[in-house]
Amino acid sequence: MKAFTYQRVRTPAEAAQAALRTPGARFIAGGTNLLDLMKLEIETPTHLIDVNGLALDKIEPLADGALRIGALVRNTDLAADARVRRDYGVLSRALLSGASAQLRNKATTSGNLLQRTRCPYFYDTNQPCNKRAPGSGCSAIGGFSRQLAIIGVSDACIATHPSDMAVAMRALDATIETVRANGSVRTIPIADFYRLPGNTPHIETALEPGELITAVTLPKPVGGKHFYRKVRDRSSYAFALVSVAAIIQPDGSGRVALGGVAHRPWRIEAAERNLPGGAKAVTDQLLAGAKPTAENEFKITLIQRTLSAVMAEAKKG
Amino acid sequence: MNVNTKDTNTNDVDTEVANRSDDPGDVTISRRDLLIIGAAGAVSAATLPSLAAAQNAAQNSAGPAPALAPSKVSFKVNGKVHALELDTRTTLLDALREHLQLTGTKKGCDHGQCGACTVIADGRRINSCLSLAVMHEGSSITTIEGLGTPDKLHAMQAAFVKHDGYQCGYCTPGQICSAVAVLDEIKQGIPSHVTADLNARPPLNAAEIRERMSGNLCRCGAYSNIVDAITEVAGRTA
Repeated sequence: MKAFTYQRVRTPAEAAQAALRTPGARFIAGGTNLLDLMKLEIETPTHLIDVNGLALDKIEPLADGALRIGALVRNTDLAADARVRRDYGVLSRALLSGASAQLRNKATTSGNLLQRTRCPYFYDTNQPCNKRAPGSGCSAIGGFSRQLAIIGVSDACIATHPSDMAVAMRALDATIETVRANGSVRTIPIADFYRLPGNTPHIETALEPGELITAVTLPKPVGGKHFYRKVRDRSSYAFALVSVAAIIQPDGSGRVALGGVAHRPWRIEAAERNLPGGAKAVTDQLLAGAKPTAENEFKITLIQRTLSAVMAEAKKG
Repeated sequence: MNVNTKDTNTNDVDTEVANRSDDPGDVTISRRDLLIIGAAGAVSAATLPSLAAAQNAAQNSAGPAPALAPSKVSFKVNGKVHALELDTRTTLLDALREHLQLTGTKKGCDHGQCGACTVIADGRRINSCLSLAVMHEGSSITTIEGLGTPDKLHAMQAAFVKHDGYQCGYCTPGQICSAVAVLDEIKQGIPSHVTADLNARPPLNAAEIRERMSGNLCRCGAYSNIVDAITEVAGRTA
């Protein structure tokens, strides 16, 4: 690990200003992904700003029925919150399907959103990777790609975003609140938060340098039956090959977002109109234009079958 | 390596090891002490070149030079307060093992994948390898050494012995710390991936225990005996 200096901050504004003042600085909260990458020297911050002292660890209801989740709420606490379990079951289920209990006890809401890709070539510093070393090339294209993206890909990168939580939040139309280094605040819909890789796979989100996530807000509950079905090589503690987050209403309408297929949680609202027509009709429109590799084209069939299983379960009593 | 360690424990193991290694006439040194001394040497050797490299990089860049002065942190381990001065890069795991000589907590993968380093920090199990020691100011940590003693085993330790919940034993301290926390999490009503009804209290059964223990790997494959051990303690404390 490269040497770094360390400071604790007490307010979001102080954190953002510290980040602006110090080139090479990174925020650290749970640290479960950042420290992992620092040990491999894939991340090499010269300064860490510990944001754990910010009072951003509350889950609070808003007047309009929405639920505001502080950026530092731990994954365990968010999954176990009674309101989330009752009204946003898809989110609770997604969180509980991710990582291990030890990691969920540390990992925060904002850190989960900002975790880096698990593409094996991003982690292997002996291999070219446009995300780790811009311009060096992509080893995954033509390499081992079974786990990797099938849609929204570019010639520069076929990595997937690894978060389960973010897929559920995409289905729930969550919004992300931030504070910028100049002190101004803004709200980013999760649909606009993650970028596709294009020619700049190293730039993953809409955040500006120094911008700090302060909260995630879930709009008021939409009802329906909530599902998060994750298909993976082990039954626990593994990343998704594919995952389906779905909210299905009694009349058969609903929402569907996919994980494990793209550089961001994948949702096409127009495809949801096909729900009464069955899983194939939805999947065909959701994955129109997919560019899978020979190793991961199975994901298209797997998604259709997983969605079909979810829809069958939704019809049961 | 121990010069920066300010341990409030006057009977410090650090001092004991250092004194013995300074005495060439002492032949009673144990294999364990030898390993501790050897490891300390290896850490110093491995750390110095990278510190030097970082210093050069800092001098060559326009950014502020990383101050390499050690950071102070104070936290409680197994009820005893320790004030340490550490390189900011020191993980909680390395602070426990290399600075406080609490070697019960094991380093396996060092990347949060195996669970051998599991400790209970402020009532929650975490991977101590993925946490910086300086981020634990004021924390209260429980390691395997704090759960029970050879003379008075914790119920979970006794159950692991009874049910043969290990073979080589390397993952065992992490498994036991994790298992103690699992029962507490179920008691608190925290659901898991296999909990059928999110809005009911999670049941205490083998499926729940297996899912909740998935962050602790055992290469010897003692899983079924580990589940038996935890089930027995759960029955007793339920």
